[in-house]
Amino acid sequence: MAKKLIELIVNGEAIEVAVNPRDLLVHTLREDLKLTGVHIGCETSHCAACTVDLDGCSVKSCTMFTVQAAGSEIKTVEGMAAPDGTLHPLQEGFREMHGLQCGYCTPGMIMRAYRLLQENPRPTEEEIRWGISGNICRCTGYQNIVKAIQYASDKLRAGEGAK
Amino acid sequence: MAFINRQTRIAKRRETGAGKLGKSKLMIPGEFDYRRPATKSEALEMLAEGGDSARPIAGGHSLIPMMKLRMAAPALLIDIRRLQELRGIKIGGDICIGTAVTQHELIASEELAQACPIIRETALLIADPQIRYLGTLGGNVGNGDPGNDMPGLMQCLDATYILENSSGVREVKARDFYQGAYFTQLEAGEIISGIRFKRPACGHGFSYQKLKRKVGDYAMAAAAVIVEISDDTVKAASIGLTNLADTPLYASEAADALVGKKLDANTVSAAVRAVEAIVTPAGDSRCPADYRIKMAGVMVRRALETAASRADTSKAKGIFGWLKS
Repeated sequence: MAKKLIELIVNGEAIEVAVNPRDLLVHTLREDLKLTGVHIGCETSHCAACTVDLDGCSVKSCTMFTVQAAGSEIKTVEGMAAPDGTLHPLQEGFREMHGLQCGYCTPGMIMRAYRLLQENPRPTEEEIRWGISGNICRCTGYQNIVKAIQYASDKLRAGEGAK
Repeated sequence: MAFINRQTRIAKRRETGAGKLGKSKLMIPGEFDYRRPATKSEALEMLAEGGDSARPIAGGHSLIPMMKLRMAAPALLIDIRRLQELRGIKIGGDICIGTAVTQHELIASEELAQACPIIRETALLIADPQIRYLGTLGGNVGNGDPGNDMPGLMQCLDATYILENSSGVREVKARDFYQGAYFTQLEAGEIISGIRFKRPACGHGFSYQKLKRKVGDYAMAAAAVIVEISDDTVKAASIGLTNLADTPLYASEAADALVGKKLDANTVSAAVRAVEAIVTPAGDSRCPADYRIKMAGVMVRRALETAASRADTSKAKGIFGWLKS
């Protein structure tokens, strides 16, 4: 099948990439664009390690063909820190609150939490747990991940107040 | 919905010999061409030209997992996700919802939650937040997957599916649409362009109860219930069931057992027995069939009790009968 040339905006940068229609977004991001922060866990839309932000939605990039995303704006964990390297409050929260656990799910958790906090800047613990329910699988109690998201919520709102 | 039952997958691999491919290759779909039409009529023309080998794709959260497993191998995908003509929610005496409206959008609509709150309650129990951003109402009802939640709800609401192809429009009742697992009345070249149902009466009681092991799993049993109650008497009732046969089920006998009665323990038990009599679930890795039959009754009982507690009998007076056509 002939490759299709498509345009995407990835982490603020407009790019063109040639893809086969059957290429999954996660493979394009990792293999063509070298954004390996997007993790492949299960490839069956269960685990959410591949979560990216796409046009204001958290999506599992293993369950979308890249051609479907043509024209879309995508943010991956690589686009979270400021250009000078200052961590996003969510990244800082995961570090400060020891939210990483083994770290494999972390990029997906951060990208999901990013959208959750856009939609609900002051979530309760229960709202956080429901909000990340697609990412949760079997690792302990997620206490520190919840605390990391609360940390980011507080810091982001404090930043808003200062403006 | 997004997930293929693991046992189905293993059975299919044995059947097709696909297991010999090795695990990684099973995750890559077959080759296909992709087109993104600008209008609904253009999409329908493309589907007509593509014939049996063309499929519409919107959220893709049923189709892509099937394609990865090579259980679906369309030669052409026609992307209808962004077509504005398929995306609206209109609320009047009838409620009309476009096929490409996502579960996330159904949940977010305050107007819909006011008019017909059982839609939000059900959508919140489908899959997980990420999947709900992309998964659509049309995909959920149109694939004929018995595990999907919206078909049972649409039978409860007595919804009508609007089916369109390049030469015309026809309407099929949700209660007549499903023929078997993955077999529906939808023909090649057709899409479900929208869904329409009567707005439930003001003050109706409702509940969707779903038993599942974890977020994202299919129902072991689920029930959608709507009741209208006045003067302590059930004036109208409707019950739809999910994943308790190879199609969704409309439990007409159970609903009949309620109408004209006081919704007390005896009446509820009669409805539960009527439900247990019609369900024909299969056992799977989650639980044996007998357990599912019992749980069908439990879900209906809980849904009836919850719906009764939510019914506003003062408001419901005088607007009965929308459930009966």
